[in-house]
Amino acid sequence: MEFIKSADVVVIGGGIVGTAVLRELSKYDLKCILVEKEPDLAMGTTKANSAILHAGFDAPTGSLKAITNVRGNQLYHELEQELDLDIKWTGSLVAATNDEEMETLQELLERGKANGVEGLKILSREEVLQKEKNLTSVKGALWAPSAGVCWPFGAALAFARCAVQNGAEVMRDCRVLGFIKEDGRITGVETSKGVIKTKYVVNAAGVYADEIAKLAGDESFTITPRKGEYILFDKTACSSLVFGVVFPTPTKKSKGILVCTTTHGNTFIGPNAQDMEDKDDHAVTAEGMNEIIASARKLIPDLPMGAAITEFSGLRAVSDTGDFIIGASAVAGLYNAAGMQSPGLTAAPAVAEMLAEAIVKNSGAQAKADFKAELPKKHIFNRLNWDKQAELIKENSLYGRVICRCETITEAEIVEAIHESCGARTVDGVKRRTRAGMGRCQGGFCGPRVTQILARELNIPVPEVLKERADSHMFYEKNQAQEGEV
Amino acid sequence: MNQLYDVIIVGGGPAGLSAAYSAWENGAKKIIIIERDRELGGILQQCIHNGFGLHHFKEELTGPGYAHRCIELIKDKPEIEVLVDTMVLDVLRNKTVIAVSPAKGLLQLEGKTVILTMGCRERTRGAIRIPGERPAGVFTAGAAQRMVNMEGYLPGHKIVILGSGDIGLIMARRMSLEGCKVQAVLEICPFSNGLTRNIVQCLNDFDIPLHLSHTIVKIHGEGRVTGVTVAKVDEKMCPIPGTEFDIECDTVLLSVGLIPENELSRGLMLEMHPLTSGPVVDQHRQTSLPGFYAAGNVVHVHDLVDFVSEEAEIAGKFAALEAQGKLDKNLRTVKVNPVDGVRTCVPQKLSLPQGGEKAKLFMRVAAPQRKVRLEVKSGDTVLVSRMLPVAKPSEMIAVEIPAEKTALMGDEITVGLKQ
Amino acid sequence: MAVETRIMNCIMCPLGCEMAVTVEDGAVTDVKGNTCPRGAQYAKDEVTAPKRMLTSTVAIEGGLLPLLPVVSAAVLPKGKILECAAYLRNVSVQAPIKTGDIVVKDILGLDVDIVASRDMEKI
Repeated sequence: MEFIKSADVVVIGGGIVGTAVLRELSKYDLKCILVEKEPDLAMGTTKANSAILHAGFDAPTGSLKAITNVRGNQLYHELEQELDLDIKWTGSLVAATNDEEMETLQELLERGKANGVEGLKILSREEVLQKEKNLTSVKGALWAPSAGVCWPFGAALAFARCAVQNGAEVMRDCRVLGFIKEDGRITGVETSKGVIKTKYVVNAAGVYADEIAKLAGDESFTITPRKGEYILFDKTACSSLVFGVVFPTPTKKSKGILVCTTTHGNTFIGPNAQDMEDKDDHAVTAEGMNEIIASARKLIPDLPMGAAITEFSGLRAVSDTGDFIIGASAVAGLYNAAGMQSPGLTAAPAVAEMLAEAIVKNSGAQAKADFKAELPKKHIFNRLNWDKQAELIKENSLYGRVICRCETITEAEIVEAIHESCGARTVDGVKRRTRAGMGRCQGGFCGPRVTQILARELNIPVPEVLKERADSHMFYEKNQAQEGEV
Repeated sequence: MNQLYDVIIVGGGPAGLSAAYSAWENGAKKIIIIERDRELGGILQQCIHNGFGLHHFKEELTGPGYAHRCIELIKDKPEIEVLVDTMVLDVLRNKTVIAVSPAKGLLQLEGKTVILTMGCRERTRGAIRIPGERPAGVFTAGAAQRMVNMEGYLPGHKIVILGSGDIGLIMARRMSLEGCKVQAVLEICPFSNGLTRNIVQCLNDFDIPLHLSHTIVKIHGEGRVTGVTVAKVDEKMCPIPGTEFDIECDTVLLSVGLIPENELSRGLMLEMHPLTSGPVVDQHRQTSLPGFYAAGNVVHVHDLVDFVSEEAEIAGKFAALEAQGKLDKNLRTVKVNPVDGVRTCVPQKLSLPQGGEKAKLFMRVAAPQRKVRLEVKSGDTVLVSRMLPVAKPSEMIAVEIPAEKTALMGDEITVGLKQ
Repeated sequence: MAVETRIMNCIMCPLGCEMAVTVEDGAVTDVKGNTCPRGAQYAKDEVTAPKRMLTSTVAIEGGLLPLLPVVSAAVLPKGKILECAAYLRNVSVQAPIKTGDIVVKDILGLDVDIVASRDMEKI
């Protein structure tokens, strides 16, 4: 296999954990390369989860989950400004509907205090209804003011772009096939694009983390994909649902089917929890949808199902150890960040800190004096006032052409999303970066136009534009008449 | 930049164009049409098939042909201004319209009246919750139609169509003519939702099977669609276990209903009708907010563009009259209640002057029926009665009430079917 | 003598009248259920020589759009529709074009022209 690059650290996996690690490492004089098998970042668990920055009262006190959750939550408060992250600190409610559940709330409160979560409080029914008027069946709730909702794809992209502006490299469509070891120590990574020589490897491969570890000779854990399905509602339905984050009282297996409004104003219900064998099964099922609808109705009896705009599912990476697996593997040079199920999103920056610290200590790397923490702020047209919008169109007339009508996304924003670092290569890539196609018509109007813009900007024929994965062509050339047809 | 328009029209499809022409005919001196696409004509430009215009232009036209006629009527009139490639971002209750375009930047227009003619959009996969993977190759029929008929690309080669609405049927023929294979059309209802002529000339002519009471229960494929699993449904439209079968395809086209596009109307807090999903209007097509009119598919989804034009001409006329201060203000309101088998009726109310005024009602029935009598009644008095050989949900029924009959109306009337 | 009654829907306009058509020895002798004379004519044609309008597109160069919608100036034999459509897939014209301009004269020798159904300015 051809040798293509040389690095100090190769990070495997471009999800929220991989990108957070890459950014953290880019603070030091280390050559870092992130490899992602998909054509875009954050296409696994990061793109399909509940998007919640948890307060940290769920996990057992002293567990890695609890420690990194509470620390991660604090770090997001700092990163929010630097990286212009889309976060709403809404606080969260755990709603109880009977006395037994009220007792569970008390346990959660105690555990939260022990975990170091601040501001937890049990609210009466009246206090809950003041916050969320549609929770008509609650008895009370646990209020966690430090929780919030974020935009996970945006966060992963910001982490990666920040790392890139500090010298890191991101290789997409680059699948890990094996490792090269000398004297039991990893010295290189074999990928679909060639061999990358490296001293350290961070395994942040999500549901595939066990398979990557196994390739390197570490068979100490397994990962089971746990599917969660979601139903997303139109923005107009928010007022008949919830404004923040509402959990039911948790069970042993999961935090339960919640009702939550995203940073973009769409409310969703979900996820259910189904252990899978196939790590590529993203199908939504009729049974799953029925399950989450029935469950959500326990919290909100009057669900506006007519306002549903899409359904999707995500796979959480559940480890057989019951906790996150973070740190040096028995295989020299390999560091794992595995089993990153909930609260993995919240924990990611804290996990990145832990791993970077370990690698820096081992390698003796020095912090860069010129680390550039801030990303340039982007213009989001639909969040600006008329004067600002008018100014922008004067600067660049493409801000005056609205491509996505449902979300008011302009051509300028789409062109920027294609050309920025770690830019969009696919229709769904544009959708995730700009929200073109995320609205109630689900790309009915703008999908074809985004396809044509991608073809123009990437200088490829329209039939070569992909929706997402390999072979996901959007359109084809017209048929010429065959011999015999005329 | 703040100029006062007599009539601002949001949307340059058949409704907007007809409204503009009618407003001009009725004396409006300053009219503007704002269209978001690159040219006027709206969805008609992609409906290249024929069958349009028999009522309105007394001639069978193609969609582009109908659009052409409408555009010719408003062309070269100094009173009518047209903006294309211009998106209305907001309409305020004081009749200020905010729009943007690459050429003109952000515009703030003031109107004496506003006519909403934004048309409708298609119901999506998400709205009907089709289970399965999320590969490329699932399109709404209209999106595919635009690509095939205007942009020059195919959505795929082996096609399954879900929903037997007219767009789905028309697309079945269209794809066949493009040398593609249409495997089947599936319809969850026990009856088709398209015009009979389209079943004949779009499906039967091409030997395309129509499976009534069937739906897709799973979409397969990682990158691109590879097939669908189909099942028969019971009378509650739930899939019947054991009836599943697979159809191989690379494309799924959805023709599962149209939804009036009323984001601007909701922003204006207009009174909306839960069944039509459009604003509540009177026979002048005035909405609940004075000075705001609405016409065409934004009010209720039509099957014939001819009726869209007719309705829009009414809106254009009364908007023009209002802008000139010629509107009779002394009107009484009569509520129109659909009953007994009639699902929706537009207008939902009548605003009548002393002595009455001719009014036309457009309605849809709830389920297909044969040999029924349509009755418009005020209390027990039958005002208008008409025998219908066939009544189908897919075909809008129009009935005119003469002025002298409207004068007899009480505070409300009913429209219903009688066996 | 073979007499049969065929039920068919007229497709001449959106009304779609359901008609009972009496056919004796391959000829239509009676049509019931039609609302206008076009229905009776359609029934006769449908039994003896079914005909259809054809609408499609041809490629156009130099215009606002890459495609020009076209329509047959008159009905074509139903059995020749697919063949005509295939023929049109290989036709290309130049902008400008006016509504009604002949795009293909006498398509496949069927004595029917294919004409443009919209204007396409040169840009």
